[in-house]
Amino acid sequence: MADAKNVAAERLARLEKTDWQDAGATGTFVSGFASSVRDIWGHRELLGMLTKRELKARYKDSTLGFLWSLARPLTQLFIYYVVLGQFLGAARNIPNFAIYIFAGLTVYTVFSEIVGAGTASIVANAGLVKKVYLPREVFTLSSVGSSLFNFGIQFVILLIAAAVTGSLRLGPHLLYGVAGLSLVLVYAVALGLLLGALNVFLRDVQYLVEVILMLVMWGSPIVYSWTQVQNHLPAWLVQVYLDNPVTLAVIGFQEAFWSAGTPGTAPDDLFTRMVIAGLVGLVLLFVSQRIFSKLQGNFAQEL
Amino acid sequence: MSDTTVPIVQVADVSKRFVLHKDKSVKERLVSLGRGKVHREDFWALRNIDLEIDAGSTIGLIGPNGSGKSTLLKAIGGIIQPTSGSVVRRGRMAALLELGAGFHSDLTGRENVYLNASILGLSRRQTDLYFDDIVEFSGIEEFIDTQVKFYSSGMYVRLAFAVAVHVDPDLLLVDEVLAVGDEAFQKKCLDKIASFQAEGRTIVLVTHTLNQITDLCSRALVLARGSVVFDGDPTDAVSVLRSGFKTATDAAEERIVADHVEVSSFEIARVESISVSGRDTGDQILVEADRPLEIDITVDAKTRLTDWGIGVHVDNPFGQVVVGTHSSVLPVTVPVLEGRRTVRFTLSDAHLGSGEYRVTSAVFGTGGQELHRLTDGATFTVKSPVKTYGPVGAAAKLTF
Repeated sequence: MADAKNVAAERLARLEKTDWQDAGATGTFVSGFASSVRDIWGHRELLGMLTKRELKARYKDSTLGFLWSLARPLTQLFIYYVVLGQFLGAARNIPNFAIYIFAGLTVYTVFSEIVGAGTASIVANAGLVKKVYLPREVFTLSSVGSSLFNFGIQFVILLIAAAVTGSLRLGPHLLYGVAGLSLVLVYAVALGLLLGALNVFLRDVQYLVEVILMLVMWGSPIVYSWTQVQNHLPAWLVQVYLDNPVTLAVIGFQEAFWSAGTPGTAPDDLFTRMVIAGLVGLVLLFVSQRIFSKLQGNFAQEL
Repeated sequence: MSDTTVPIVQVADVSKRFVLHKDKSVKERLVSLGRGKVHREDFWALRNIDLEIDAGSTIGLIGPNGSGKSTLLKAIGGIIQPTSGSVVRRGRMAALLELGAGFHSDLTGRENVYLNASILGLSRRQTDLYFDDIVEFSGIEEFIDTQVKFYSSGMYVRLAFAVAVHVDPDLLLVDEVLAVGDEAFQKKCLDKIASFQAEGRTIVLVTHTLNQITDLCSRALVLARGSVVFDGDPTDAVSVLRSGFKTATDAAEERIVADHVEVSSFEIARVESISVSGRDTGDQILVEADRPLEIDITVDAKTRLTDWGIGVHVDNPFGQVVVGTHSSVLPVTVPVLEGRRTVRFTLSDAHLGSGEYRVTSAVFGTGGQELHRLTDGATFTVKSPVKTYGPVGAAAKLTF
């Protein structure tokens, strides 16, 4: 009993020195962002576990397990290669068409998975959101984690395929790949946070997102070349088309992992465009997080 | 413990408004755009709550359904953001609002322990440290590597509770989750709570089991319609709540009306009322433990019943039958029932332990078919001088 008393006294002494903190912290516009980031960082271990949970649970009872996550992109690759490439003749203008498609598809898939899963993440974790306090961004970010894992597998396949067909070479052009992935991540996380929060209040958002993601896929040069777009659109619209961050990322990936065999297809100022888009993306990410934290106070009651 | 009090939670002028939307989809919102106000309704779950909680205390929040207890608990936990006012706290907090929130049915018990501990704020290293204790506490060692979807519901909550109590919180928020599992495990849970109190942890508890309030808490708050109506001694708080239940609250009124409708439309016979003889203190009937328990039951028959029976049982607040009997097993000849009649059951030498009990009675017709049952028709409290706990009292002695 004396032990317990000491423990109690120590606890009191420690608490007396502890600073007060807001329950469910939201500071001012800028300082709130910093404290949110700190809060999320403090929960990074949980983030890892939630990601693992999602991955483990997804294919838990299936024999082939993770191989299934490859089924969809490989089938897509097959369909686009055969139907668009061979039957419709798109492959005639683009050499090494399979790698071309797969490079674009890989980077687009990670974008669409993050945005899709991010939008649904808060609603899907309603049980936890309502019952436990966590920085809610963790749920969105855990869907980023599992999407990245899938991306990793696809990416390895892309690298192997590119190496086999001879379109993978070391050089500074590989930086386009890094830039492309970063760009896609920044935008996908920003959109995932924003749409995930909105989806709590208006469930239509998640259906709308599915449709828009399909548009985005065909709106970026994955199964055709961006130069083909030039012939059909006025010049200013081509510029708009090129400044779409997903388009930039797709072109970046193609530059990095496909173009070694066939140089000279990228727009001239690709890197500048990517940097500018990246900066805009960071602003968007900041704004999304602020909107997210503004809305999250009402998550528990709306779910 | 020092005499100085250290506040751990400060709630200042907190109000919470819920807007009740009646429609969710775009279509519905567009259609009702013009008359948007009609389709939303404001509801104040909390109104201007001020509260300071001292470290080391155990506080009970009680009140009828919808009074705002859980909302207040969630506001303290940061799960709900108040509409106005501020909540600040310090130290490490764990919220037990639902056992096993975050358990994933496809993962094994072991994986869920790590996940759940992490959700409640333990690092992986700390969980490693506590893991054996957690499993031992839950008592399901052999199933720890089985997916939790194959668990029985009892095993599930036991594992969840075991994780929750091994998190090392300064402030523990508990919503209706104490006392889960079988009786032995319930005992374990309550012991754990007691050791938490001894270690100076602060507990905020929402419950409908009023016994827990008087047994565990050092202070209790009664909420009604989002405001604190009483703040102080737990025993007084329980009295306030009981009297409130009888008169003021809508919920109680509705229930009384419902009971009334149910019993007024009887066809053959009914149990009209139950009363227990004892000292009436206004808010409870006190019964001495060493006196025979006398239960008077008034039955009313519409038709003449020659072959009928009556049963009674006394329950503890967990709904477990403590003692019960029936006219068919007693050495009596049941007289013909016509109209209203009051019968008396006398239960001697029962030795009930201290606590609250409820009496349920039913009247049976030909062939033992139940005609009507009055559930919890009377409530009484036993004050026993004996030094034991549980539904049965005994003269306890310790020898060395």
